[in-house]
Amino acid sequence: MLIAKEVTKEYKSGDNQLAVLRDVTFEIPQGSFVAIVGPSGSGKTTLLGLLAGLDTPTRGKIFLDDADLTQLSENGRARLRGEKVGFVFQSFQLIPTLTAQENIQVPLELRGESGADIRARDLLERVGLSGRGHHFPTQLSGGEQQRVAIARAFANSPRILFADEPTGNLDGVTGGRIVELLESINRNEGSTVILVTHDQNIAAHAARTIRLRDGVVVEDTAA
Amino acid sequence: MQILPQNFLPLAKLAWRESRSARRRLLLYMSSISLGAAALVAIDSYASNVTDSIQEQSRALLGGDIALSTRRPLFDSTQKLLDTLSRQGVRFARLTSFPSMAVVPRTTATRLVQVRAVSSNYPVYGEITTEPAGRWQALQSGPHALVDPSLLVTLEAQIGDTLKLGFGEFVITGTLKDVPGSAEISEIFGPRVFIPERYVAETRLLVFGSTASYRFLGKVPASIKPDALVKPLRKSFAQVGMEARTAEQSEAQATRAILQLRNFIGVVGLVALLLGGIGVASGVRAFVARKIDTVAILRCLGASSGQVLTIYVAQAAAMGLLGAAAGAVLGVAVQFALPRVMRDFLPVDVSVSLVPTAIIAGIAVGGWIALIFSLRPLLSVRNISPLQTLRRESDADVLRTRFRDVPRLLVDAALVLSVVVIALSRSTRVSNGLGMAAATGAVILMLVLSASALAYVARKSLRKGWPYVIRQGVANLYRPANQTRAVILALGFGSFLVTTLYVVQANLLRQFSADAAASRANVVFYDVQPDQEADIRKSVREGGHEIVQTSPVVTMRIAQINGVPVATMIADTTLKPRRQRWTLRREYRSTFRDSVAEGETITKGKWFGAQPAAQRGDTGEVSLENSLATDLKANIGDVITWDVQGVMVTTRVTSLREVIWTRFEPNFFAVFSPESLKDAPRQYVVLANVAPRAEVTRLQRALVGRYPNISSLDLSLIKESIMKVVSKVAIAVRFMAIFSLAMGVPVLFSSIAATRRDRIREGVLLKTLGATRGQIMRILLSEYILLGVLGSLTGMVLAIGGGWALTHFVFENDFSPAMGPAFAIAGLMMLLTVTIGLLAGRDVFRETAMTALREN
Repeated sequence: MLIAKEVTKEYKSGDNQLAVLRDVTFEIPQGSFVAIVGPSGSGKTTLLGLLAGLDTPTRGKIFLDDADLTQLSENGRARLRGEKVGFVFQSFQLIPTLTAQENIQVPLELRGESGADIRARDLLERVGLSGRGHHFPTQLSGGEQQRVAIARAFANSPRILFADEPTGNLDGVTGGRIVELLESINRNEGSTVILVTHDQNIAAHAARTIRLRDGVVVEDTAA
Repeated sequence: MQILPQNFLPLAKLAWRESRSARRRLLLYMSSISLGAAALVAIDSYASNVTDSIQEQSRALLGGDIALSTRRPLFDSTQKLLDTLSRQGVRFARLTSFPSMAVVPRTTATRLVQVRAVSSNYPVYGEITTEPAGRWQALQSGPHALVDPSLLVTLEAQIGDTLKLGFGEFVITGTLKDVPGSAEISEIFGPRVFIPERYVAETRLLVFGSTASYRFLGKVPASIKPDALVKPLRKSFAQVGMEARTAEQSEAQATRAILQLRNFIGVVGLVALLLGGIGVASGVRAFVARKIDTVAILRCLGASSGQVLTIYVAQAAAMGLLGAAAGAVLGVAVQFALPRVMRDFLPVDVSVSLVPTAIIAGIAVGGWIALIFSLRPLLSVRNISPLQTLRRESDADVLRTRFRDVPRLLVDAALVLSVVVIALSRSTRVSNGLGMAAATGAVILMLVLSASALAYVARKSLRKGWPYVIRQGVANLYRPANQTRAVILALGFGSFLVTTLYVVQANLLRQFSADAAASRANVVFYDVQPDQEADIRKSVREGGHEIVQTSPVVTMRIAQINGVPVATMIADTTLKPRRQRWTLRREYRSTFRDSVAEGETITKGKWFGAQPAAQRGDTGEVSLENSLATDLKANIGDVITWDVQGVMVTTRVTSLREVIWTRFEPNFFAVFSPESLKDAPRQYVVLANVAPRAEVTRLQRALVGRYPNISSLDLSLIKESIMKVVSKVAIAVRFMAIFSLAMGVPVLFSSIAATRRDRIREGVLLKTLGATRGQIMRILLSEYILLGVLGSLTGMVLAIGGGWALTHFVFENDFSPAMGPAFAIAGLMMLLTVTIGLLAGRDVFRETAMTALREN
């Protein structure tokens, strides 16, 4: 369960405080497939950063299962991310100096788990890249890179997966396949998937849509 | 913060994989440390080889287990002492050394030589080799002479020629190849001629007052310790004016001297290492900037700040060690090359071998400096937020560290402590080490301050009317993510190091050559007897030449000071004041004259004749040289009684003099008022200015032919010889300066690389907005010229200050700033900065505008 309670995020802009998010409140049950949509500058990415524990809100609370993210230290949130959270980014964010397989192993190795290579090969197979494990990111197409990113996001069997515009850098057909992959993982693994997008077609795949405008939730299809 | 995570091994593996594309770059940054480590390894290894060789060859170096030397001819009392030792089983070889003019009658060429008359059992240890081989063994079989090869060249002689020494004639049977215990450089000042001692009398050169030294080299039975043998007899030796040394003593002294030299040169290594450290810090800063995205991803994937830091510290430490190891390899190569350079200066044959402790120490110190300097920029990886994966800020914003960041303050403290510890390890005195560390800190502080001043002045002086490219270039000096501090620090420090080395060297050598050149005389005749003096002066004048100076020389010893006999002062160590023993024991070659000589300055008291005759009474007056007065603890008014060849002469010290010893005129510790020594037996030294130079040889041949007892020196030859030594020293210093300059390249490269990404991004954006290649080039040029000018000039000014301090306080010499070479070095450093800056910026022209847009 992911809970956001009256979350506000303000930035200092010169002498003024600029509120990027204001009193955002919702609950997302485990296993949901949610799309956060909104125009550019509406606060989608900021919200995703807060929900994933990459940043802390100015006010309000965020709970991931029983953990209050706003009370955890930076390293505490990092540990939580390592255990429970997966990420997929618009620009894939693979580590360029590591091969596809090594990229997938990273979350497991950070936790000191053994058998990281076996798990990585298994995940590569599941995303349809079993023969590409030894390729570096630059040797893969955009779609392949995103599939590696998804495999990496699932390396530690996360409770929740955040995807920031995962199809933004891909053509329509490839983008569609990536969303299907996310859907199947959501279905088969039981992980919550939170998808940030401004593409209505992609958002349509989600069971629930939270719409933001100027930092405020203007629509929540679950409500 | 979790510094050492439990799962270190997987992290180390990850660090290794992640470093794939960055290894070469990181190694390049770390190569800044290589030359510093190389210097340490080379210096320490070679010093260790030299001290080992001294230890191995200590007996050959001294010539025996014990060496007894004296400048007095052998008296009965001396012989009794030698007999005492002989009865205990000590077997002595004898070596009598004295200068003489050597003449080859066939060519009539002359040259002042050092004659070594030896007994048949010389040398006691070691082996003298000759060319042709085996001639040493035949030396004693007749009136033979073995000479240094250079003498054959000077005298246009060959093996088989007759060599005249005084009235004696010898056959040159070969040349000397290797003589244990003497440095080859000594040959420059007087080639050696070995003859059998039984033929010394034939030369008729050892007469009363001659300059000769007598050495007795003893082989002590294995059952007796040389020190135990010598110690009880020290007083007896002192009484007969004999100095006794054992192989252990000479080994300890030589080792101490080598270690002092090692420490002194090691300072250059240390400064080079610190400069390398600055280069590493700048390079690693650039490296960290390139890793922001990766760190942000790792943080997203659950890496703690400690884990991320561990990954990059592991990479930096590995590459730092590799850089230091590469330096160690280079250092070993230099170590193997050094004996060729140093061969002429050392009295031992140095056998070169690897010194594991020096290599390990070099790698450890180099690796540590690399690590500690990397840690400062590396600590900023802790500040990289995972949010950077979603929204990328500028490198400078991402890496900004709080001012009161405890780990950073700890690293800073460790850094300062490391510098102090290394400086202390290289100093013989704690105060020197602390002073060196403080001076280094002061230089760095001054450079940082001048960088801030440059940024401030740039901001204040920027005018709207200036051409756009100049404005842009100047503005780059103070904008966020500017490289002003990094470049000024690296450039200024490098420039400081090179210029200091050069300025100090130039000052020391200039002083030396200026003093040598100051003398008008170019030929000197000495050991001139009173009845020969007038004729020699006449001959010189008749040839149309000038007599520059004629000094009488009287040999003497100190008998009493203020009524206390010398023997009492030597024997009673509790007596105050404690006068240095050498001043009491030595034989003085003094003169008398009524005027202060050129090159001398009265520093205390008054020259002769200032006292009313009534006050003087029978006491004569003497003027002492400053350093002698200090060691003798003598002051104005003290009464010194001199033993002038058996006659006691009492004098009162009436003045102290500063003497420039490097001048070629004969200089004297003690100068007497003329009436004090008017009846004393004397010899003369005659200095003449003979032109043209070819006439010198003719005059020398004529006078030495007429008076075989006199010796003559061609001062131009001596000046040339000194210049040879000076140029050898200069080459060594220049080598160190070039070494430091070479070191500046990777350091500057690293400093410029630190903000290279920002420069490229900015340049490409300007290109997108329509800037031409020429305009971007001019922007970069104006920025680097300003940085280069300020960095190198600041370094230069600091170096001149440092050079002055070193010359004034350490070498106690006059200082002249050597502005020409200093500006030349500054110009060179500036050129280097601009070249490296433009080379690093050439990617601006390669990258397309799209790259920059995508990155943003």
